[in-house]
Amino acid sequence: MDKTQNNKAWFLVLPVLLLVAFSAVIPLMTVVNYSLQDTFGNNEFFWAGLEWFEDVLHSDRIHAALGRQIMFTAIILAIEVPLGIFVALNMPKKGFWSSLCLVLMALPLLIPFNVVGTIWQIFGRVDIGLLGHTLAWLGVDYNYTSNALDAWLTVIVMDVWHWTSLVALLCYAGLQSIPEAYYQAAKIDQASRWSVFRYIELPKMQGVLLIAVLLRFMDSFMIYTEPFVVTGGGPGNSTTFLSIDLVKMAIGQFDLGPAAAFSLIYFLVILLISWVFYTVMTNLDKRDGV
Amino acid sequence: MPLRGSAFVMFLYLLFLLVPIYWLVNMSLKTNTEITSVFTLWPQDLTFRNYAVILTDPSWYMGYVNSLIYVVLNTVISISVALPAAYAFSRYRFMGDKHLFFWLLTNRMAPPAVFALPFFQLYSSVGLFDTHIAVALAHCLFNVPLAVWILEGFMRGVPKEIDETAYVDGYSFPRFFLRIFLPLIASGVGVAAFFCFMFSWVELLLSRTLTAVNAKPIAAIMTRTVSASGMDWGVLAAAGVLTIIPGALVIYFVRNYIAKGFALGRV
Repeated sequence: MDKTQNNKAWFLVLPVLLLVAFSAVIPLMTVVNYSLQDTFGNNEFFWAGLEWFEDVLHSDRIHAALGRQIMFTAIILAIEVPLGIFVALNMPKKGFWSSLCLVLMALPLLIPFNVVGTIWQIFGRVDIGLLGHTLAWLGVDYNYTSNALDAWLTVIVMDVWHWTSLVALLCYAGLQSIPEAYYQAAKIDQASRWSVFRYIELPKMQGVLLIAVLLRFMDSFMIYTEPFVVTGGGPGNSTTFLSIDLVKMAIGQFDLGPAAAFSLIYFLVILLISWVFYTVMTNLDKRDGV
Repeated sequence: MPLRGSAFVMFLYLLFLLVPIYWLVNMSLKTNTEITSVFTLWPQDLTFRNYAVILTDPSWYMGYVNSLIYVVLNTVISISVALPAAYAFSRYRFMGDKHLFFWLLTNRMAPPAVFALPFFQLYSSVGLFDTHIAVALAHCLFNVPLAVWILEGFMRGVPKEIDETAYVDGYSFPRFFLRIFLPLIASGVGVAAFFCFMFSWVELLLSRTLTAVNAKPIAAIMTRTVSASGMDWGVLAAAGVLTIIPGALVIYFVRNYIAKGFALGRV
């Protein structure tokens, strides 16, 4: 759409700007402030320069948390994206069944994060959970509170359960925008199921897939509540992801300086990767003339 | 396309989604002795005690009231500031518009863990700690950008000629906006409100950090009860089921916009 140039539009944006400035910029400034100072209590602060940043960048503990975080995000993206596409392709196109699928699939997305954690915490328990009990009955030695591998599997299956529907719903929305004529043309050309997917469906889904990957990347990179409820970051530190580590540091140990420096680096990493996604996304929009 | 195969795939997937939820509902209808002593696939001794405990004890049900208060406050604030801003983004080019639009999105990307401590200090220093408005304002961090993006997505679909015709007909901007424009994007406002409601409802980290007693959300009350001695699994499950209900109730009405909402209006 052609937009008119009008700088007075700033007045319409002003309320949002003030509100977000209050709830985002001021806190962020506090974080920057802490990241550059040291304190020995009593509200006395000393200039620390970039010391905390150096500490954080050389900290083995944070490297380990970052490593786990990247692995977690990579695994869930590798499972959820193909699975989501697959489910979207199999969804009924219209009518009652399509509505039913939409509603049921959206259900996990609307459950409070800690309840998601609680559901899986209960579900996986060997004594009272269906999953844990069934596995024990099958003779599998499964215990997510003491075995690191089991804890990882539980957290990953939980995330797949929680968020695959998001990818599927977005892909489904993309698929719905493909005109029936495309499929008819493919039929006349006797295109195989694979070529229909590769040359018609996948290109049409490109835009929504990018959004899906962006959202899943962002949200999985800052995941906190769900794994915290299920495993508390354990056993040991095996499921301590970045946010869990950060909260431990900031609120548990009150290491304000390092925690603040850590926060800023963390935020910048997410911002950088998301900016790349965003740029690609807007370029796609322009190319398609949306 | 083989229809049978598709139905089977969907059946398996939905089963995978629903079994854990079923297990929670199942547990919420059992007595604690049944939960811990025998393993049953459905309640043998059906009881509503767990729900009764929650609905009669103020320290439990006030959690729902607190959550509802700040969620509604947040939704109202987010939508009312986002409407004019979304209009500006959808209709005008102005200095720094693209940067501003992306900057809004960055707030959606900010890990709540980063903001937990500064929020705590900010709201404590202005005397808002443990109030509903503090949580409502904190949730604006991600809900205002969300509302702006969703509403902008809907407003782009309204042809600009409508605005111009209204001005020619002598409508003032506020009158045009309320009388003509708003009814046209009513579904967009509904969807944006639903998503603000949802994201504020499911968030725990910030709402837990910013409250102590008076505004404590249900989600935080649940975690406290888990750590108390003697697990009351039945009540915990019942509390969980009750938090799922608000979403489940309205989901049918927004089913066709779910994808659009989650994708920040970009589908």
